[in-house]
Amino acid sequence: MSALAASLKSDKGLTAGASFVALFALMALISFVWTHHDVAAIDVDARLSGPSLKHWLGTNHLGRDVFSMIMVGARVSIAVAVFAVGIGLLIGVPLGLLAAGTRGIIEDIVMRMSDVIFAFPALILAILITAVYGPGAINAVIAIGVFNIPVFARLTRGAALPIWTRGYVMSAKTAGKNGFRISLEHVLPNILPVLIVQATVQLSLAVLAEAALSYVGIGAQPPAPSWGRMLAESQTMVSFAPWLAIFPGLAIFLFVFGLNLLGDGLRRRLDPHRIVGAM
Amino acid sequence: MSDAIAIRNLSLRIGGANILDSVNLRLNAGEITGLIGRSGSGKSMTALAMMGLAPGAAEISGEIIIDGENVLAMRERARCDLRGRKIAMVFQEPMTALNPLQTIGAQVAETFLAHEKISRAEAFGKSKTALGRAGLPPEEISPERRPHELSGGQRQRAGIAIAIAMKPGVLIADEPTTALDVTTQAEILGLLKTLAKEDGSALLLITHDLAVVSSVADRIAVLKEGRIVADESADDFYSAAPTSLAREFMPARVKRDGARPASPKTALAADNLSCDYVNARRSVFVEPAVFRAVKNVSFKIAKGETLGLVGESGCGKSTLARALLGLHPIAEGTAAIGGEIFPAKDKAAMRRLRRKIQIVFQDPYSSFNPRQRIADILAEPFHLFDEPMTAAQKRERAAALMESVGLGADALDKYPHAFSGGQRQRIAIARALATDPEVIVLDEATSALDIASRNHILELLQSLQAARGLSLLFITHDLSVIRDIADRVMVMNEGRILESGETDRIFESPQTDYTRRLIAAAPVIEWRESAGDMNG
Repeated sequence: MSALAASLKSDKGLTAGASFVALFALMALISFVWTHHDVAAIDVDARLSGPSLKHWLGTNHLGRDVFSMIMVGARVSIAVAVFAVGIGLLIGVPLGLLAAGTRGIIEDIVMRMSDVIFAFPALILAILITAVYGPGAINAVIAIGVFNIPVFARLTRGAALPIWTRGYVMSAKTAGKNGFRISLEHVLPNILPVLIVQATVQLSLAVLAEAALSYVGIGAQPPAPSWGRMLAESQTMVSFAPWLAIFPGLAIFLFVFGLNLLGDGLRRRLDPHRIVGAM
Repeated sequence: MSDAIAIRNLSLRIGGANILDSVNLRLNAGEITGLIGRSGSGKSMTALAMMGLAPGAAEISGEIIIDGENVLAMRERARCDLRGRKIAMVFQEPMTALNPLQTIGAQVAETFLAHEKISRAEAFGKSKTALGRAGLPPEEISPERRPHELSGGQRQRAGIAIAIAMKPGVLIADEPTTALDVTTQAEILGLLKTLAKEDGSALLLITHDLAVVSSVADRIAVLKEGRIVADESADDFYSAAPTSLAREFMPARVKRDGARPASPKTALAADNLSCDYVNARRSVFVEPAVFRAVKNVSFKIAKGETLGLVGESGCGKSTLARALLGLHPIAEGTAAIGGEIFPAKDKAAMRRLRRKIQIVFQDPYSSFNPRQRIADILAEPFHLFDEPMTAAQKRERAAALMESVGLGADALDKYPHAFSGGQRQRIAIARALATDPEVIVLDEATSALDIASRNHILELLQSLQAARGLSLLFITHDLSVIRDIADRVMVMNEGRILESGETDRIFESPQTDYTRRLIAAAPVIEWRESAGDMNG
């Protein structure tokens, strides 16, 4: 970890990215014990008031505090993104390792299935899931997660294939290790940097996807606040209460920006010539 | 003679480490200078500094004068103009030095376009001439080819065509033949010599192998730990018996301990073995093309014997090695270890047989998982023992293995990157010894090493063989290694064994033209007066 700390000092982009992400993560954590105002409290008298000392980032049409909503909304954004990318990693990486390790017919099946998912419009799938199970954050996780599976399956396979031709994999074979153990002991540790970098990129895409799903009303449901839905609700009022659009928009922008900086920083830090063809 | 380039008091430091220390070297027009040094001695850094391409982190002092101008004091624009026009370089690995997406004609033309105000068509015309001079006549090898459509030697010729395009006064060749076969190596060296003499260029030939430069160099400079320790005419350098300095860069004659009595026990046998290579499918509906890489190969290795397998790249020797280790399917015929057919059908028998045969690969850098400690790397084959070992037993055995290859047990907790190429090959040998095998296959195991490390590895192998009664299958394209270490030799070409026999018999009276060509092409140090017995 000290090496990481040292590189944090020398790489400004990585520092900035890590700080932004840490800031939002902290905000989400603090929101469990403290928010500036009760996030569900409706204060009709103070509705649509601009940023002030009492309401730092103003209030919405029901008089709910925007700053507090952004704090609590960070939970949804982070949780959805983390679980969605988690699904992609947990299913996609083993599939990719399997494809690279077995080649032949299994590889063909895994890769063609990935193609099918890639070709399927994400929004349609989200609407389908919502139509069957009703709207909610869990559905957003599943819908976004499904589209992360082929991303990681392809990346893992692509990065794993050259590892399989290395001398140490040959040695492991002559030591009688089977494909499963070789994948776990030799292939996975050596493609981990690529996966970590891609995971941060996918996190930022998942945050955007969650905001988009909430925006069209099939993500987290009221009264749970969500950045995407805050934007949607502000739409009719943006001409006289611009803060309602600006601050959630800024939150999304800064968090995604931070994740991208972090991803780029990690890419630079983790063995640059090993990172190839990250999608 | 006039200086084409003069290096004066060149010192170079990177991160506090002295890479070069007051290097002085003059190259004369029309003269070929061999710059000899072990890996890490600063040879390549000298070349890069001459091109004005030293890494940005380097602190450089001194002067490099070309045509009265100091390269080190130039601005980048001026250096760009210099490179290609007055000084050019040929790299070791032609595959990575060429752009895989461009035709070779376009890559040569690029040099002309960068330095002359001419049209694309004119540049292409000139590039044909340059390619022709480098031995790729346009009527035979189309300039429209891309690097992957060329053999290794042809690629290096394309690299040379790029370098000589503008007839630069200084030509640097950094290990230009290390990645090539012996026969190709001889051709490339001859070509470089001819071109340098024709253009009156000063040629700096960088290598770790004294034999490579002995037939072409006019002068020899030796670089050791960043300092020039010898700089004299080749006639002086090669005049007497080799000095101790020269010996460091010569293949040592690691004497075989006479004619060993052949053991009656056969360790490894191949009977009519054939292997296929299945090319990638071009389409789902077309049967993939099958290429027979190994054709009806039969041989036996006795216990304690060293069998050499020689052949140029692509002859099928590595496929054969893999088949013997069960890493490549056998299409026809059988392989047997100690009389048992390998690969075996049932798992327990397979584990027992795997213990008996192990391999050391060529590339000491990709042979180890960079994320494992040496202790874990050595412990991997322990998996083949029938009884699981405790962590303490594993460590004890790993330490013993390290001792047996002359490395300390304190290295067990380090990662592979902490070791030099020669040390890594020792570790690879230790790993191969982990299961107490009867046969070790060495697939070009010394080809990536410099001469001194190579000599040490060969000595180590011989002492291990004597102590343990190991049988070795030594696969290489380097005849001097084979001559030193092998009891018997097989010559392989296009998947077949052309001839086999006692090492001395093969070298003294080869039966096929192919073998004769291989032997003739191997570089030999020409000692100017006491020539003869040192030739190896």
